[in-house]
Amino acid sequence: MGGSKMDIATKVDAGRSSAVQKATYALVLLVVILMPIIFQGFGQLFMVRILAVVGLYVMLALGLNIVVGYAGLLDLGYIAFYAIGAYAGVLSGLPFSQFLAKTFPSIPWLPGISYFVMIPVAMIAAAITGICLGTPVLRLRGDYLAIVTLGFGEIVRICLNNNIFGLSNGAAGLPKAGEVMPKPAGLDWLQNTLYVQVPNIGPNGFNFTFSNNVYWYYVIVIFCLLTIFVVRRLDNSRLGRSWTAMREDEVAASSMGVNITGAKLYAFSLGAMWGGIAGITFANFQGFVSPESFTFMESVFVVSIVVIGGMGSIPGAIVGALFIQGIPEFIRGAAQAGWLEVIGINLSAEAQSAVSNYRYLVFGFLMVLMMAIRPQGIIPSKRRARELHPDDEKMLDESNETLFDAQHDTAIPGEDL
Amino acid sequence: MQVDVIVQQLINGVTLGGMYALIALGYTLVYGILLMINFAHSEMFMGGAYVGLGVLTILTNEGAIKAVSAKLPFLSFLLSTRGFFVGSPIGLFVLFVIVFASAATVIGFLGVTIERVAYRPLRHAPRLAPLISAIGVSIFLQNAVLLWVDSKAIPYPSIFPVKKLLEFGGASINSLQVLIIVTSLVLLMILDTFISKTRIGKAMRATSQDREAAGLMGIDINNVIATAFFIGPALGAVAGVFHGMYYGTVIFSMGFIPGIKSFTAAVLGGIGNLRGAMLGGFLLGVVESLGAGFLSTGYKDVIAFVILILVLIFRPGGLLGESVVEKV
Repeated sequence: MGGSKMDIATKVDAGRSSAVQKATYALVLLVVILMPIIFQGFGQLFMVRILAVVGLYVMLALGLNIVVGYAGLLDLGYIAFYAIGAYAGVLSGLPFSQFLAKTFPSIPWLPGISYFVMIPVAMIAAAITGICLGTPVLRLRGDYLAIVTLGFGEIVRICLNNNIFGLSNGAAGLPKAGEVMPKPAGLDWLQNTLYVQVPNIGPNGFNFTFSNNVYWYYVIVIFCLLTIFVVRRLDNSRLGRSWTAMREDEVAASSMGVNITGAKLYAFSLGAMWGGIAGITFANFQGFVSPESFTFMESVFVVSIVVIGGMGSIPGAIVGALFIQGIPEFIRGAAQAGWLEVIGINLSAEAQSAVSNYRYLVFGFLMVLMMAIRPQGIIPSKRRARELHPDDEKMLDESNETLFDAQHDTAIPGEDL
Repeated sequence: MQVDVIVQQLINGVTLGGMYALIALGYTLVYGILLMINFAHSEMFMGGAYVGLGVLTILTNEGAIKAVSAKLPFLSFLLSTRGFFVGSPIGLFVLFVIVFASAATVIGFLGVTIERVAYRPLRHAPRLAPLISAIGVSIFLQNAVLLWVDSKAIPYPSIFPVKKLLEFGGASINSLQVLIIVTSLVLLMILDTFISKTRIGKAMRATSQDREAAGLMGIDINNVIATAFFIGPALGAVAGVFHGMYYGTVIFSMGFIPGIKSFTAAVLGGIGNLRGAMLGGFLLGVVESLGAGFLSTGYKDVIAFVILILVLIFRPGGLLGESVVEKV
């Protein structure tokens, strides 16, 4: 069905990128690096925070993209891995930082490295959970899998809410009262070294200090870049090709020698791992975790980022996160900061809250609309777009019909019907 | 644990099970015919509770009637009928017939509309597409109620006289529980007869066996699907009104947990199998109530999810279903 031609084309594309593409990437990267500096410098602190949160959702979406976009498994409980990463990060990082503070009291920044040291713990915790859940349920069909993962997500949240094993501190969350997450390593030094003051620009001048939000923004961006790198490699790997084959036709793939269970488990645990990294980053960025951050709606958010952005597409995940998480927050924040009045739009307090309230309603509507008119998403992956187009099936039906007619005609030659 | 506590939990469980069974039928009907999980079905249940609440309020609450008839004067006759509805047992009976019938009808048509708008265009799409579309519908409906009705829980008017009817030791059963159990059993029997005896029921069974062959035999597939999308949500709406009356409040997010549990019930009984859904509903209600009594109530919701996962792993066909053979 033209699939073989496509594969060659995508392979060639992946090997070389044109000068225009390189220039675009460089420009995007420059904007990504400069944005927080500009916003922080001009005192628009909320924007830095929004950008960091969007970055977290990009990470989550890229992780889920492995599961949904590449392997074609709908996971509606993805946020559970985020939660496990976050809780594992706090539960291991906090004692570790306290231990460091007690043992090396002369080095004040040392406890702050606990985040970086504990990333593997969060990754492994999430991946192990992914494997434990995945092993029994991955042989289920698509929509059953969706419901089971949804159930799993809720089980995790309910368990955290009920102070499971006396570890999670129930609805109050972690860290417990009286404890604080350590200041990330190097933040003090950066704050004291990197600051720029130019009093003459703009109404209040340009005052850049390396704040906590800026710090986490760059950490998140680095992880996003790393994720993009790994995900691109994965897509073009042997494993990635077996995911494609499996997604298109499981039976055919398995008869061609693809280990279906293995490929699914890899997808599931790799996706879970990225959820775990995003989780521990979220916990340290926020300085606090509680079960209410990990509701079913959050899972739906991440799924809708992937779906609306375009399944299996990396730029799609980024655009989706900007679109779904970024724009509503941005409008609300901009209205509060008085930006809109400057350009002549006057949004009342009610209208401001309406923007954030109505976004869910609009999402629901968009998800229905997207499935009806553009099931491949805003920026579809080339390969995936072909699979998700409803016309294909119709075409297939039609070709079958003509085949049937042809056989029918030859079977009864000369007989009028 | 004493015997009367167990008996009490059994009674509560059967009551809860009646509601689960009513909702589960909606999942099973649609799955049997379209092989799709109607994720928005839990919102039909929620919507039913709200429609029921609206009708109950407009028929019995004096303040509400006055407020409405100030804007729409032709509705002021409701002030005079109010006494009839609240005053006599016959009036009460008529009142609840009206409440249930209107909730079922409104939500039934809502279900048909949703099918027409959100699912029918996707009938030839890959299986993920309708599921995602259904999630979209569910989010949309929840937030429509949140924004346009109320974001807080609304108390349900306690018009129905709740009296203790029977007592055995420490356990008792009240009139509302009897109403819920009896009504759900009657509705289940009517549906069972409808599916097995009537012409359209036969068409529905044929369609669920082989959609294309049924179409070739002259069955109007769209009609059959629309019927399934009317009956399922209508039964869900009845369960919603019961839920509101039983627990005393409604909130926009009330559908999610009962929806998932009823789906569990449908899977437990064998999805696509009507009697299975009924059995699964009652079974799940009882297991959950006993579990909540034996274990902590905090983990009550986990029980259903664990059952769901275990059933799907060990017996994906359910209790009454045939073993599922993957079609190539």
